[in-house]
Amino acid sequence: MAGVASSSRQRSKIAPYLMILPALLYLGVFFVVPFFSLARTSLSSMGGSVYLPTLTFSWDFGNYLDAFSTYRDQIIRSFTYSLVATLLCLLLAFPLAYVIAFKAGRYKNLILGLVILPFFVTFLIRTIAWKTILADDGWVVTALGHIGLLPAEGRLLSTSWAVIGGLTYNWIIFMILPLYVSLEKIDPRLLEASKDLYSSNTRAFRKVILPLSMPGVLAGSMLVFIPAVGDFINADYLGSTQTTMIGNVIQKQFLIVKDYPAAAALSMVLMVIILVGVLMYTRALGTEDLV
Amino acid sequence: MTTQAGAAVATAADQVDHPAKTVKGSPKWGDILLRVVAALVLLYLFLPIFVIILFSFNDPKGKFNYSWQGFTLKNWANPFKFPALTDALKLSLNVAAVSTAIAIVFGTLVAIALVRQRFRGQTAVDTFLVIPLTAPEVVLGAALLTLFLDLGWATGYVTILIAHVAFEISFIAMTVRARVRGFDWTLEDASMDLGASPARTFFKVTLPLIIPGIVAAAMLSFALSLDDFIITYFVSGSTVTYPLYVNAAVKASVPPQINVLATAILVISLILLGVGTLYRRKRIDA
Repeated sequence: MAGVASSSRQRSKIAPYLMILPALLYLGVFFVVPFFSLARTSLSSMGGSVYLPTLTFSWDFGNYLDAFSTYRDQIIRSFTYSLVATLLCLLLAFPLAYVIAFKAGRYKNLILGLVILPFFVTFLIRTIAWKTILADDGWVVTALGHIGLLPAEGRLLSTSWAVIGGLTYNWIIFMILPLYVSLEKIDPRLLEASKDLYSSNTRAFRKVILPLSMPGVLAGSMLVFIPAVGDFINADYLGSTQTTMIGNVIQKQFLIVKDYPAAAALSMVLMVIILVGVLMYTRALGTEDLV
Repeated sequence: MTTQAGAAVATAADQVDHPAKTVKGSPKWGDILLRVVAALVLLYLFLPIFVIILFSFNDPKGKFNYSWQGFTLKNWANPFKFPALTDALKLSLNVAAVSTAIAIVFGTLVAIALVRQRFRGQTAVDTFLVIPLTAPEVVLGAALLTLFLDLGWATGYVTILIAHVAFEISFIAMTVRARVRGFDWTLEDASMDLGASPARTFFKVTLPLIIPGIVAAAMLSFALSLDDFIITYFVSGSTVTYPLYVNAAVKASVPPQINVLATAILVISLILLGVGTLYRRKRIDA
């Protein structure tokens, strides 16, 4: 930050405000105002006919109660699936990020490139590929059947596990990268020091690596959990009617059923829960590790 | 890739240039196990990609390209067989280019202000810019749709552009910010001490310094726009982008040309990535 204070010449007090103005104005109109529209819709009541519905603003908090009672299962499912997917991402990403940071040597950049590469294929097409991999007559189901590891349904596709697997796969990259960044910052001499002081590998991991990788773990968990909790594609492509999530309901109510107040109320609930989490995070750790 | 993706990718890319650190020590069982697990995870990341490439050579009998029927080259010989698919891809490329061109201006200005200037409310602006990155796409799409409904705007090309610019700004701002932080800004003072005007300083010193960051941010923004499904789904009306075409295909019929184009995009990205790396290496060597 040394260079920042040094050059005050040619800089007026209003310059920074002029520079941030276009973006703030745009986000004000097309990010903040939409949330007022959403909030207003969530408190409106539907009237008119099926063909020409009208929305009347009426402080109708009943929409929220209805959303909670009608879609309780989907809300619980979304949070459970996303939590399990986040934990799976952490379990899978940690060894890979660790190896890239400490063991890859001159192949570090190559492996990082390889990690990012699959995500150049459209998200939807990757999810369709999982449909093929998890198909009832596919080799994965056959192999798992032989060793007796299939879930109770006797298949993978259309089960909760397929949806959780899809969520895990599609967002694992956001766990790998922040984890790698925080592991990479660890000075290897700290590990050598812990060895010199006779700590075992496990102890060195617990006392040095794990605490120092916490910013990456937290940032990664947030970056996986948030898109996962609002997703409806994985539940739609890989799941069944028994595995629908909040996203599926919001999408269906908005675009097919056109029950705008109910869908808006559900969206608000989701947003508020996440916003509280994010603000707690940025208060504690700032925005630097997040992006 | 979702909205949060690119920023994380950008941060990791920043770390790439650091010299390799390796903990010395003889390989042990735990070490070997760790490497095996890491290799398996990497394989897992590629599993669907192998399937996508393999199935671009499939000769499906029915409407769906989900099970292997036989090898053929005819999908590759005729990648643009479905005009609707080609049109959707063209539209997506158009939306990605136009929205990125708009968002890059807004995003870069904010990023430079955040790094170069000290002003009241800086922390608030910082937090405000992060919030769009953390809003679930389904909520952002829903919120934008309620706004367009309130305004009585018909959804289509323009509303898709508006939505894409909205989610790209934060990303570009964060990516450029991460990239330009830590530059030696005294070079600007040096330039002006040597008698250059502020405009000349900007074009000859500042811009060349920040251009790599801007290019990286633009590439990310382009990729995100091209891949966005959820937000676009809410604000598209009857307009069909590439991901929207794919989604409709899943419900009706999946032509193997989808796999052909996906593989082609992957190969082109790979080439661009390779060229970019070589170019950077050459510049560093020179």
